Amino acid sequence: MSAPQQPATQREVSVEIAAAAGAPPLPGGHPDRAYGPYRSTALRAPRQPLVVSPPSLTELAAPVFGPRDVAPLDADLTRHHPGEPLGERIIVTGRVLDGDGRPVRHQLLEIWQANAAGRYRHEGDQHPAPLDPNFTGGGRAITDDDGRYRFVTIKPGAYPWRNHHNAWRPAHIHFSLFGTAFTQRLVTQMYFPGDPLFGLDPIFQSVTDEKAQQRLVAAYDHDVTQAEWALGYTWDIVLDGAHATPPDPDGV
Amino acid sequence: MLDLTPSQTVGPFFAFGLPVDGGGDVVSAGTPGAITLHGTVRDGAGAPVPDALLEFWQAGPDGRVPTRPGSLHRDGRSFTGFARVPTDRAGDYHLRTLRPAAPAGSPHAPHLAVTVFARGLLHHLFTRVYFPNHTDANAADPLLSALDEERRATLLAVPDGGPTGPGYRFDVRMQGPGETVFLDLSTHGLAQPPAATTETPA
Repeated sequence: MSAPQQPATQREVSVEIAAAAGAPPLPGGHPDRAYGPYRSTALRAPRQPLVVSPPSLTELAAPVFGPRDVAPLDADLTRHHPGEPLGERIIVTGRVLDGDGRPVRHQLLEIWQANAAGRYRHEGDQHPAPLDPNFTGGGRAITDDDGRYRFVTIKPGAYPWRNHHNAWRPAHIHFSLFGTAFTQRLVTQMYFPGDPLFGLDPIFQSVTDEKAQQRLVAAYDHDVTQAEWALGYTWDIVLDGAHATPPDPDGV
Repeated sequence: MLDLTPSQTVGPFFAFGLPVDGGGDVVSAGTPGAITLHGTVRDGAGAPVPDALLEFWQAGPDGRVPTRPGSLHRDGRSFTGFARVPTDRAGDYHLRTLRPAAPAGSPHAPHLAVTVFARGLLHHLFTRVYFPNHTDANAADPLLSALDEERRATLLAVPDGGPTGPGYRFDVRMQGPGETVFLDLSTHGLAQPPAATTETPA
């Protein structure tokens, strides 16, 4: 592999982003794993094509989660410590659906995020921004009968990273989701509307189709906003849904 | 059809969001028949990947896939069928589980379904762990039988005694020589759903 080089400038990376934007999008709008402007893909994207295989019976089933896995307070990230975290309190809510529009009921969502200053509670985060003793940044929830979820948290800050010189991530919340089949597993990121960093960010831009990009961006929703308390955002998530899925087992 | 939500990388900072206590304990220590499964995740340069997260999902020795809620919860008794293990600084992971059997009617040999997440991976990867002792079932498996010898070997766990008893090694090579076979499971309608889902006894 090549020796370490001077980090690329944003201008150079933006040229690469523009060049990659012309590629036909992959099914579902998913990123190409070998997306060059995101440098860490270089040694981690497989070179061999994926082997097409029908899912096994195991892969057509999925782990089942419930009240034993998630406590009610897990979905309110502002109440995991004695004090209130600093930052802009927000509500993030929406529905998890499969591709056929059916709600994904009683399934697990997990989120993790930086604090309002753009710092993660992680030993690997060296950004010289303050940690917040009242904010950890991880949450869990189970979708309801309608596939709906709701988190209370604070708006995360943008933060620098070392992909290239002066690289900054747009504010985002990481989401992890399960469907009714293991094949529907999804980890993604939710962004906030109107972020000026979208055009510069190789991870956001790894989704090259503009319509697919917009599916990563939450909508400000004044009906979710609560007076004198918190701004509201709505974000629906659609998992692959065309698999033959097992019927809902009784009693779960 | 609704348009899907695209994938994004798990990034480097999932440690306080996804791993759970006992995430590698699909069964508790001392469970009769327990095996360890361990290995190293390596990148295209052969370097260990210290910030990967692996998930495993499987049927039990009775061929049943668990359907009881509580896949993250560890009560010391239940076989949950689900493991979630981050790699350590050396790129190693390990879990304790039971050998799977094939669900009734399965065209596939007994296996563990695996999902690989990592910084630098914009969309997770699926693979499978098969076991070498199922000679006949492996020979008939529609995936294994379609691969050449070298690629098939990347999906077979290697018995190695394990650190604490019967064990298997399963390394993941994300790229390069010996690259693990990763799967596109989006093919629809070719496998039948389970005829019945049965609760695994607690």
